[in-house]
Amino acid sequence: MSDKPQKPEGTPMGMSFERPIQELEARLSELESLSLRTGLDISEEIEALKKSVRSRTESIYKNLSAWETVSVARHADRPGAVDYIANILGDFIELHGDKVYGEDPAIVTGLATIKNRRFMLVAHRKGRTTKERLACNFGCAHPEGYRKALRKMKLAEKLRLPIVAMINTPGAYPGIGAEERGQAAAIAENILAMFYLRVPILVIVIGEGGSGGALGIGIGDRVLMLQYSYYSVISPEGCAAILWKDTERIPEAAEALKLTSSDLKELQVIDGVIPEPLGGAHRAPTVLMDEVKKTILKELDGLDRIPTEELLRRRRDRYRHLGALAGRFPTVAAGLR
Amino acid sequence: MSEQDKQDPALEDGEKLTETRFSRRGKKRDMPGGLWLKCENCGQMIYRKELEEKARVCPACEFHFTLPGRERIALVLDEGSWHERFTDIRALDRLQFNDSVPYLEKVKRAEERTRQTEALLCGTGAVLGREIVLAVLDFSFMGGSMGEVVGEKIALACELATELQRPLVIFTSSGGARMHEGVLSLMQMAKTCAALADFGDKGGFSVCVMTHPTTGGVTASFASVCDITLAEPGALIGFAGPRVIASTIKQELPPGFQRAEFLLEKGQLDRIVRRSDLKSVLSRLLDYAKGSKVEKSKH
Repeated sequence: MSDKPQKPEGTPMGMSFERPIQELEARLSELESLSLRTGLDISEEIEALKKSVRSRTESIYKNLSAWETVSVARHADRPGAVDYIANILGDFIELHGDKVYGEDPAIVTGLATIKNRRFMLVAHRKGRTTKERLACNFGCAHPEGYRKALRKMKLAEKLRLPIVAMINTPGAYPGIGAEERGQAAAIAENILAMFYLRVPILVIVIGEGGSGGALGIGIGDRVLMLQYSYYSVISPEGCAAILWKDTERIPEAAEALKLTSSDLKELQVIDGVIPEPLGGAHRAPTVLMDEVKKTILKELDGLDRIPTEELLRRRRDRYRHLGALAGRFPTVAAGLR
Repeated sequence: MSEQDKQDPALEDGEKLTETRFSRRGKKRDMPGGLWLKCENCGQMIYRKELEEKARVCPACEFHFTLPGRERIALVLDEGSWHERFTDIRALDRLQFNDSVPYLEKVKRAEERTRQTEALLCGTGAVLGREIVLAVLDFSFMGGSMGEVVGEKIALACELATELQRPLVIFTSSGGARMHEGVLSLMQMAKTCAALADFGDKGGFSVCVMTHPTTGGVTASFASVCDITLAEPGALIGFAGPRVIASTIKQELPPGFQRAEFLLEKGQLDRIVRRSDLKSVLSRLLDYAKGSKVEKSKH
């Protein structure tokens, strides 16, 4: 298991709420190494400490604020596309390029297999090392990334493979080149095209669901979120800056935006929430990834059973009457739908 | 930096750069009585009445000022042909969003100021005899921002156009998604595209005219995927606002960046159309759609 406890030093920004857990975890590892070194039997103390780590983590994570959830979603050790590819896929053939302009590593696409199930994976990629992160623009894709995604999704349609999209982006890249090459149009074209794809689409928000950059690969028949991921029209930082020009009020903005998985479930924007291990995905990545793996297999099985025409009809209706607002608005003509 | 760039912070908070604020802000600099105002593009002092007579196009530099929704409708449609629809759809405050002023209070104020029920005006009308469904985003209503009502009305416009077998013409001016409706406003990007997909399947023909300014979730959804995309001269059109881009890349933006002429050069627009040519270009375009499944107009 690669699951190792967090060290108190170098607490990532916004993760200060974890400090009590980290202190307990540090003491626990001290005791454990002490017992190893000296051969002293302090197993009772160790057990007691383990219990208190657990209960402390439980109590903190039970009352996570929206802003704390955003911090967990952005945690450096949270599994990203690269980890899922390495850990849950039996086979993966990465396919690069939009074949028009360039290769954008901020979105990874390729033919993937889990057990006896083949599909097309389309995922935002943030990278692990500093070098990778820079190359991936921290998961902020350019138009060529969205166009690559569309090209591979169309290939999936041709091969009759379902599509699994993993969302994890702070947002589409705001830059000169991105605008020159039509960032807005690239996202818009993907959204429109995904309503035509004649294969099932499963969307999972695995970390950050940053606005239009997320939606650019985010139209699906089933849309799920990991428990501590978020999905929002604007970042809490952006929202606080616009409303109050005050960084102190970022947590308030996060709360107001209703961006957590439970908020989105309640608003009926998503279909389900994948629970995370105690203390978040970064504490037990393999446990979490295994859960995601099982979910993908189960969901694709379910989507398989829906005839194509009905699948497309449902997909469009899902977004046309989003949030179960059908009936509240007038209709153009009876029997139109 | 041009005068326009300085106003960009407001573009994100659609509320701030309203037409009212525009003119109020203009008034301060104006000659006594507010008879004159300064062009935001070239700085020329313009006689207000002359600007209004010229459909708000600067007589000196031809800058196309943001046009209020009703003026746009009067400019584009044949007199007396406009029938507004779906005026009874009102915003819900499903997030109970409150930043000093409750969201619904802001909506109410915008309603009172603009005397219309939302940022999108939708209805039927005719352009030189060609019957269309028209949807106009009005920047003076909360920055033309797209919440559930705007998204719903775009979708209804698509369905109305399908039902009446008419082309759909959309004018945009918008700061993007309406933040106060959170992720629900984001989802309108999907809703409008889903409706356009259905409209397209039935052979519907859509034209979008992007006017100053059109940014964010509106550009990144229905506006960009209409069959034909036009823009007015000098219009700021983009995904991210210029201020966001400048602060991300920490360098000055090239002159003309994200303007209609820039987009045309980069191959992202079908045409730029001056306000004075709009009616004639639109009517000619609409004639070309007669070969599609949309029925011939009666004229």
